[in-house]
Amino acid sequence: MSIDLVRGLKCRLCGKHYGKEALNFCTEDFGPLEVDYDYAAIKEALNRTKIELRPNNMWRFRELLPLDGEATVGSQVGGTPLVRADRLAVALGVEQLWIKNDAVNFPTLSFKDRVVSVALSKAREFGFRTVGCASTGNLANSVAANAAAAGLESYIFVPSDLERSKILGTSVYGAHVIGVAGTYDEVNRLCTQVAFKYGWGFVNINLRPFYAEGSKTLGYEIAEQLGWRTPQHVVVPMAGGSLIGKIQKAFQELATVGLIDDPACKIHGAQATGCSPITSAVKSGAETHRPVRKPNTIAKSLAIGDPADGYFAIKVIRGSGGWAEDVSDAEVAEGMLLLARTEGIFAETAGGVTVAVARKLIQQGRIPANEEVVLCITGNGLKTQEAVADCVERPALIKPSLEEFEILVEEARETAFA
Amino acid sequence: MAIRIHIPTPMRQHTENQAVVDVGGTTVQGALEDLGRKFPAVTQRIFENGQVRRFVNVYLNDEDIRYLENLATAVKDGDELSIIPAVAGG
Repeated sequence: MSIDLVRGLKCRLCGKHYGKEALNFCTEDFGPLEVDYDYAAIKEALNRTKIELRPNNMWRFRELLPLDGEATVGSQVGGTPLVRADRLAVALGVEQLWIKNDAVNFPTLSFKDRVVSVALSKAREFGFRTVGCASTGNLANSVAANAAAAGLESYIFVPSDLERSKILGTSVYGAHVIGVAGTYDEVNRLCTQVAFKYGWGFVNINLRPFYAEGSKTLGYEIAEQLGWRTPQHVVVPMAGGSLIGKIQKAFQELATVGLIDDPACKIHGAQATGCSPITSAVKSGAETHRPVRKPNTIAKSLAIGDPADGYFAIKVIRGSGGWAEDVSDAEVAEGMLLLARTEGIFAETAGGVTVAVARKLIQQGRIPANEEVVLCITGNGLKTQEAVADCVERPALIKPSLEEFEILVEEARETAFA
Repeated sequence: MAIRIHIPTPMRQHTENQAVVDVGGTTVQGALEDLGRKFPAVTQRIFENGQVRRFVNVYLNDEDIRYLENLATAVKDGDELSIIPAVAGG
């Protein structure tokens, strides 16, 4: 890139400036560091036509991402479908509904490929040879796959009770997978110590300011796919609380650089009741969340009891005029089935959370029936099959005989009309 | 014997590069205050208005003090305290 569009890093609390370095917190007050852009220069460098002529992936927004050069990891990530979901809309009782479907993101079927491609491209710019992460599963899959493709060594730390398919979908890429007997928050604490002791590039620790920026591309794509505008409502699942803030930031940045009009989007947050520190704080009026010591939900990808961005997520929700809700594990499974059976989209448990929370918000009137909604589906149901295994019908078993099939059909009709 | 405090890497510039500092005290607050007496630059970075800063986590023998009795949690000789930045993960 000819002009440097990134000034460095800046503390979100005190504003202290830092250079481009692998550091996630301010050494003065421990506040989170965030990338500091030169928006005036980006406005000069970017317009709708330029973006539309580029390949359909997240890097068509490269000026708004914190790399010094071209992406060297995950150059084909993003560009997922925004699906008009009319059958789900009817089921939920709303007129206009879309699914932003990151369940089919490339290469590992979750939105985490967006953040990882930024983090690992940046890790290469910094010269790291070993990378890692603390993960509830999707990030593990993505770091392992993208690190393998980039020829980087990876150390992946996960809670040892994670879904088998998420562990397998990490080990297969040759990553060093470490199951930690503890909660995600305990895994995270260990990784913070490892990252700084060993000097490795942990995507969601010392590379976190760069990593988190990748999530903005989900928001950019929603706005572009709607015809360069924001929806009236967006529902976002929350684990660490970073994605929801980055979607709002994406909409605001598009307005700042002149690509859309000022956004007026209500941003709603979704959690599972068994781990709902952020939604509880929003509903009780608290300024910040109370951490949850032992999360207990089938939505393991959202099971972060002490969300790093909880404080900011609460502010984003309130500031936008949105709301937050949480749902039981039974409702999560129902939400997954509803999405699958109305739209043919098999989302992971977090997607079930998002659908079920949207239903609740519509029933409460917080999302009026005649307004537009986008649901962010962030991961693929094939990774969390256990969650719905007991809710779906067993396949019928017959001999290869037409007679047996006809008996089966007759029985099914009788049941249907009984 | 004493209480051992583990200092995060980016903060060791304020503890003469010591990774572990032995202090005295009967509560978490007392122990952290003793750390501040030894290395005054540390205090303002951990505390704000008498409370642990929003993005600082303190662990007593691997348990987050927010799940115990916060700064009033009792400590004894041989206990280990860790100061760890909270902005991570997700």
